[in-house]
Formats: sequence, C-alpha cells, structure tokens
Amino acid sequence: MSTNGTAAVALRGLRKEFAGRGTGEPTVAVDGVDLDIAEGEFVTLLGPSGSGKTTVLRMIAGFERPTAGRVVLRGTDVTDRPPFQREVNTVFQDYALFPHLDVLRNVEYGLRVTKVPAAQARERARSALAAVRLEGFEKRAPAHLSGGQRQRVALARALVNRPAVLLLDEPLGALDLKLREQMQVELKAIQREVGITFVFVTHDQEEALTMSDRIVVFDRGRVEQVGTPAEVYERPATEFVASFVGTSNLLQPDAARQVIGHEGLYSIRPEKISVLQDGAALPDGAQGASGTVAEVVYVGSATRFVVDLDAGGRLIALQQNSDTSSMDVLAYRGRRVLLSWRREHGFAVPRAQT
Amino acid sequence: MIDSRTARWALGAAMAAGLAFIYLPLAVVLVNSFNASPTFGWPPTSLTTRWWSAAVDNAGVREATWTSIQVAAAATAIALVLGTLASMAVARYEFFGRDVVSLLLVLPIALPGIVTGIALNSLFTSFLGGLTLMTLIIGHATFCIVVVFNNATARLRRLSGSVEEASMDLGATRATTWRLVTFPALRGSLFAGGLLAFGLSFDEIIVTTFTAGPGIQTLPLWIFQNLFRPNQAPVVNVVAAVLVVVSVVPVYLANRLTGEQSLAGGRM
Repeated sequence: MSTNGTAAVALRGLRKEFAGRGTGEPTVAVDGVDLDIAEGEFVTLLGPSGSGKTTVLRMIAGFERPTAGRVVLRGTDVTDRPPFQREVNTVFQDYALFPHLDVLRNVEYGLRVTKVPAAQARERARSALAAVRLEGFEKRAPAHLSGGQRQRVALARALVNRPAVLLLDEPLGALDLKLREQMQVELKAIQREVGITFVFVTHDQEEALTMSDRIVVFDRGRVEQVGTPAEVYERPATEFVASFVGTSNLLQPDAARQVIGHEGLYSIRPEKISVLQDGAALPDGAQGASGTVAEVVYVGSATRFVVDLDAGGRLIALQQNSDTSSMDVLAYRGRRVLLSWRREHGFAVPRAQT
Repeated sequence: MIDSRTARWALGAAMAAGLAFIYLPLAVVLVNSFNASPTFGWPPTSLTTRWWSAAVDNAGVREATWTSIQVAAAATAIALVLGTLASMAVARYEFFGRDVVSLLLVLPIALPGIVTGIALNSLFTSFLGGLTLMTLIIGHATFCIVVVFNNATARLRRLSGSVEEASMDLGATRATTWRLVTFPALRGSLFAGGLLAFGLSFDEIIVTTFTAGPGIQTLPLWIFQNLFRPNQAPVVNVVAAVLVVVSVVPVYLANRLTGEQSLAGGRM
C-alpha cells in the first residue's frame, strides 16, 4: 500500500479559530501547523490541555474544518471532505461505542456501512477481535464491559476498516495506571503488527516517550519541537519543551553564569545529577554547584533531592536507592551538598521568543 | 434514614391525604359513569353500563372523539418531526442565537393558553382566511412540539456526540448515521414524547376554543357545551372518564419509558 516518498499525513499551514463567546474575538486553537508523518510511523502529539493537539487530530479526521491550511492524506488533499470520505479511523477518548449494538456489531459497523459482504465482514470483525484478545465477547453489550475491554473494542472497530492512518485521542486516559502501562505495550505491539500509521494524542509525557517513533510537542496551538523521544527529552528545543517533558530543571541565566559561566538558560535532567558531600572534589569533566537540601522525597526505587543552590534557583537530583535506605536519604534534609553532572549532560535552552 | 413511628405514620397520612385530594374527584367521575341513578345519588345504589352505551350511541360524542383523535394524531406527527429536528439543531450544533432559540421553543408551555389562543386566533382569522381543522392542529402542535423537543434534547444530551462522529468516521454518511445510530438511541424518548403530546392535545380546551373552526368539536369542547344540560349529565361523566384514561395512560407509559421526570411539567 505504501506510496514511495509520499507522507501518510501532511499538514500544511493548518490553522483553526473558534468563535469567541461574548467578546466576539476568535480563539486561535491551532496556529499554523506544518507536519509530515511517514507511512507506518507512530507519532505522538504531546501537549497540555488546550494546546491544540486534539483539534489537529479532529481536523485530520474531518470533524473540524480548518480556518486555513490543508490536510493531505497519501498525497490526496482531503481538507474539504467529510469524515466518511477519508481513509482514517479514530479511537475516541470516551470510546464512543454504539450503546445499542453488541461487541461484534460494533466492530462490524464500519464494514456494514461501506457495503462489505456480510460473511466477509463477520470474518474480518472476528479476526479484529482476536487481534485485541477479545474472543468470546462478541455478544456482550458495551455497558457490560470493563474500561479496558471497551478500549479494545474501540481499537478493533477502528482497525477493522484497515485505515491508512489510525487516530487515537487520549485513548488510555480513562484507564488506571496498571492497565494503562499494559495497554501502552500492547498498542505498540499491535501497531508493529498491522503496520498502520498511528497518530496518538496525549498530555502524558511518559506515555509519549514510551510509545512513539516521533513526538510533536504542542503549546498554545503551535509546534514547539518535533523529534524522537531521545531528542525531545535530551535536547529540548525550547524552554517550554524542557519544562513540559521530564521534570523541569532549569538554571536561570544568572545562576547559570555563576555556576558554569554559561550565558542564558541552562538545564540538566535530574537523573544525570549526583549528590556529593559538601567539599568533595568534582570528578574530571564534571560541572557542579553547591547548595542546601530543601526537600527529600522518597519514591521507593529512587529518591528525589530538591536542592536550593547558593547561586540562586533550585535543581532536582534523582538518585537510585541501590545501596541506600529511606533512613539514610531522609537524614539529608537541611544538609549542605555538592551537585555534580558530566559536562555533556547539561544543555542550553533557547529562550522563548514571545 | 430512621424515623420515629409517629413521624412515619404522620408522613404516610399526609401523603394519603394529598393523593386523595387529587384522585378522589376523578374516582367519583369514574364511579358515577356507572351510577344507575340519573341524579347521581351517593353512594350509588346500583350500577349500570347504560350511560356507556348511551355515550357510544351519541353521534355528537362519536364525532367529537374522532375529531380529537385526528387532531391529537396530526399535532403529534407535526411535533415529532419539528421537535426532533429542533432538538438535533440545538443539541448538536453551535450557532448564533442557539440559547434564544432553545428558550423560544420551550416558552409556549409557560405562556398562558389563553394568550396563545388569542394570538393564534387573530393570526389565523386576519391573515390565513379563518379557522379550520388545520388551524386547530397547528394550535395544538405549538405546545406538542415542546414535549417532544424536551424529551429528545434530554436524551441527546446523554448520548455522547462522539458516537455520531464515530459512525461517520467509520464511513457512514450523515443519513446512515441518523438511521443506524441517532434514531435507535432516540426512539424510546421520541415514543414517550409522542405519547405525552397526544395526551396533552387530547384534553386541551383553551387553545382549542380559539383555534377550532366553526362546527369542529373535540371531546373537551363537547363536554364543555353539554355540562349544564341535565339530560346529558350521565354521558358527560362517561366522556370525562374516557378523557381521564386517555390522558393518564400515555403519561404513565411515557414515565415508564424515560424513567425520569424531565417531562413537560406544568401543563399536565
């Protein structure tokens, strides 16, 4: 099915304004988004609520009409087509299962309305249910399923049409933590199996880092950065990305100048920072800053030290509890310490230009 | 909650008194329609079905019943179509003045019937060439739309809009989505709304008085005109009993169907 060199999804100058209530001033939800998504890619749109990521997804699906810009699917401009004339399917945040149809009929729905012969439709629906491990649930009503099972039905229903692109709108948001982690792994496995392009929307940065081939970070309707999970995490392109993805650990310009002689905003990820005794010598090639431990948070496998720097500002250091106990680390509160990190683990953060 | 024996007894008595206040007069009408004494001596000394056959044989009653059925059915049909469309518009689309439209649609239920009646009357007589059966039907449709609209809107609010989006996303056109998803979900509340509308129309008298063409008589109009003729009194009782049954049964069924009290309120 792949059409060489053509993106599965291409967005060009996509913009969406919503009529403002009362004021008459329109709200800009999406502000000029350009993006190419390759065939078979798992791309996550990541951002806080109201950042425009869901609106972008809804414009790809055809539920919202862009104020400006184009949506191109496999080289075909579909901007003006209704949802039922687009080769994409959606897994909705609330699953949106048809309450009056049983599981099998829910999954068959897309095939029935597109006039696939009944026997073939049944066959394909059954194998889709098998793919999400829901054999034996065909006759159940959606109301009699658990959250995780509904999620699987929604997934099977969206996959059965073999779309060019599958859109997922925070599909794991309603599940509890254990189930969510399990579904993350499963979704990724299913995506590899079926080879369909996935566009996944979430506000959960951990979910984005775990599952994606590439992450698109959104803020206030704009794309802040596009990159692999490692790039986005280790080399955030903007202050927003640095603070939204991973724990925000920023050295303001003043502190950065004093500590390492860097002009501008600077950041180090918490797990790259070691906590040393005050007055210890810095290892070769390391940078360091001294300060006072303001807070110690014991999180089981690790401990989070919140350190107020002498140079101003605070940094968070994350240490594995491999050979310390909770008693040891809690005794650190109020102590003077030296934080140290390898030079290459620190990075300059470009200032936002707004 | 645990109440004292006295409190429970007092509350039970208060409820019984309240219900008796509403339903005893109705019971009297029902019993009197079988009362053998033409002057309705109470308690009845013997029962008869004579008044019921007299009512059935009465041409005026038969015609009035047929008119009432026609009017209620036609007004309900109009209300089902317009009420459903309006409810889809208000519940599913954002448009300028939506809240105003929604309020204006529900307002007829609160307007005094006599005002609606006079307004429609002057509209029909001065602009549309006088009153007919059709003007009566339109008059009834104004308040029937409200119950259908309210019922459908309550259901649509509970039906997530993404269900319809999911249907179109999976390849169904807007029309197919309506047929396979929206309508099946609405069916129960439309049926309930239709029953209520039918019941409302069947016993309406104020708007009817102002919008019925000359010589057109619905059951309530017939009762009103025969109420004070002593020889018609037993038949009036029978017709009243029928009206009670025809208006109560739909409300009961509608309540059972929707399982909630968000129905028309005041007017019943």
